[in-house]
Amino acid sequence: MCLGIPGEVIEILTDRPDLAKVDVSGVKRAINIGLLEGESVAPGDWVLIHVGFALSKIDEGEARAAMEFLESIGKAYEDEMAALAASRIEE
Amino acid sequence: MRFVDEFRDADKARALASKIAGLCEPGRRYKFMEVCGGHTHTIYKHGLEDYLPEQVQLVHGPGCPVCVIPMGRVDDAIHIARRPEVIMTSFGDMMRVPGSGGNFFDSNAEGTTIRMVYSPLDSLKLARQNPDKQVVFMAIGFETTAPSTAMTLLRAAAEGLDNFSVFCNHVTIIPAIKAILDSPDLRLDGFIGPGHVSTVIGCRPYEFIAGSYGKPVVVAGFEPLDILQSIYMLMVQLHEGRSEVENQYSRVVPWQGNPVALKVINQTMQLRPYFEWRGLGFISHSALRVRDDYASFDAEARFEVPGVRVADPKACQCGEVLKGVLKPWECKVFGTACTPETPIGTCMVSPEGACAAYYNFGRFSRKRVQEVTIG
Ligand code: SF4
Repeated sequence: MCLGIPGEVIEILTDRPDLAKVDVSGVKRAINIGLLEGESVAPGDWVLIHVGFALSKIDEGEARAAMEFLESIGKAYEDEMAALAASRIEE
Repeated sequence: MRFVDEFRDADKARALASKIAGLCEPGRRYKFMEVCGGHTHTIYKHGLEDYLPEQVQLVHGPGCPVCVIPMGRVDDAIHIARRPEVIMTSFGDMMRVPGSGGNFFDSNAEGTTIRMVYSPLDSLKLARQNPDKQVVFMAIGFETTAPSTAMTLLRAAAEGLDNFSVFCNHVTIIPAIKAILDSPDLRLDGFIGPGHVSTVIGCRPYEFIAGSYGKPVVVAGFEPLDILQSIYMLMVQLHEGRSEVENQYSRVVPWQGNPVALKVINQTMQLRPYFEWRGLGFISHSALRVRDDYASFDAEARFEVPGVRVADPKACQCGEVLKGVLKPWECKVFGTACTPETPIGTCMVSPEGACAAYYNFGRFSRKRVQEVTIG
C-alpha cells in the first residue's frame, strides 16, 4: 500500500477532469489527479500512483525503472496490482 | 548459501560498495537507519548488507505504517464494525494485523463486514452504492497516503454524503524520527530518508536532524543502487565533517514536496496531542485526526469508540525491531511462532515490515531459519 506504482496517462475523463485513465502494465483504471493541480497532465505523461491518486509526475525512464523494481519484489506487487485491478473509483 | 537474487547492476553496486569501504575510517563503525519500510524491503531482497563493508551497518526504522498501528486501534475498528449498519473498509495490508481478539478476517467470521479496498475513493463509492449502510474507511499510513484520505474527505463533503466517515490513523514521520533520536538505546550516524513520504513533505522537515542533531540525512529512491548511492553520500558527508539534508531521489522528490497535498491534509486534518505507536509507546503530535470542521465525517465522532489500550503480546519484540535495536531474527519468536501466515507482531504482517521482509528474502531458507532460531 505504500508502494508507488507508475502508470501512463491514456485519457483525461472529460466529464470528470479530476480523473484520468492510466495504464499500469496493461491494467487500465481511473485514478484521481487532483493532487497534481497546477501541473499539466496529458496523455503520454507518467505518474506515480498511491492508493488511487497520482502523487507526482515522473519521466518515462524513471517509470520503467520503478516498474522493474516492483516486478522484482513479487507478492507485495502482485497484491497491489490485484487491488488496483479491482478498483473502480469512477463509478 | 545465498538466497537473494543478484540484480542487474550488481557490478555497479560492487563499485559503489568499494567506494564506501574506501571512506571507512579504521576502527570506526557506522550505523545508518533506513526509515522507510520500502527501503527495508529492497535491502533484504537484494542482500545489500552483503555488499557493504562490515563496518557499515543498516538498522531498520519505524516507517512501515501497518507495523506501527497498536493493537487497541485494531480492536476499536472491530468495535465500530460490529454495528450492524457498518461496512468497514481498509487496505489489504490491514486485514491480518492482529487485535487482542483476532484480526479483521476473524472478526468477519463472527459476522462483521470489513472489506479491503485499493483506494479510499473505492470506499467512498461503496458509501454511494449503499445509502442504507454506514461506510467507514480505516485510514492508515504516513504522509504518503494522508493526502488521498484528505481528498476523499473533501469529495465526501462536496457530495454531502451522510453515510461515509474516516477512522483516522494517519501518522507523521518526523515525530517518530525525533523519538528515535531522543531514545538512549541507539547511536546512529545518519538517516536514509524515506522516498515517497518526501514526495509529499519535501526535504525541509529533515533539516533539524542535520542541524540540531548533527546527523546527515539523504532522501533515497527504492532501487538497490539508489540505496547504495545514498549510503555513499552519507559516508562522504561524515568524511568531510558535514551534516546536511541531501536528495538522492530528486528525479521524483521535489525539495518543497507537493504543496497541494500538504494543503489538503491541513484543510481536513489536525495533529492529535499524542498517539500510541506499536512498540514505541505514546509520541506527542505524531498523528492526525479529522479536523472539527469535518466532524460529521469522523468515525470517532460519529460512533462510540472505546479507545482501549492493549499491551502487546509478551513474546512480541516489534518495538525493538521498529526502533532498530533488534534485528528481526533476534526476536525469540521469529520464524517459529511468528511467521507471515501466523503473525504475532505487526512487523510480520506487512510486506514492508522488517520481519516479513527478512523472512521472505533473508539469507536463510525457511527450514534453516527454524534450525537457527530453535537451535
Ligand atoms: S518476529 Fe514477530 S513478534 Fe517478533 S518482532 Fe517480528 S513481528 Fe514482532
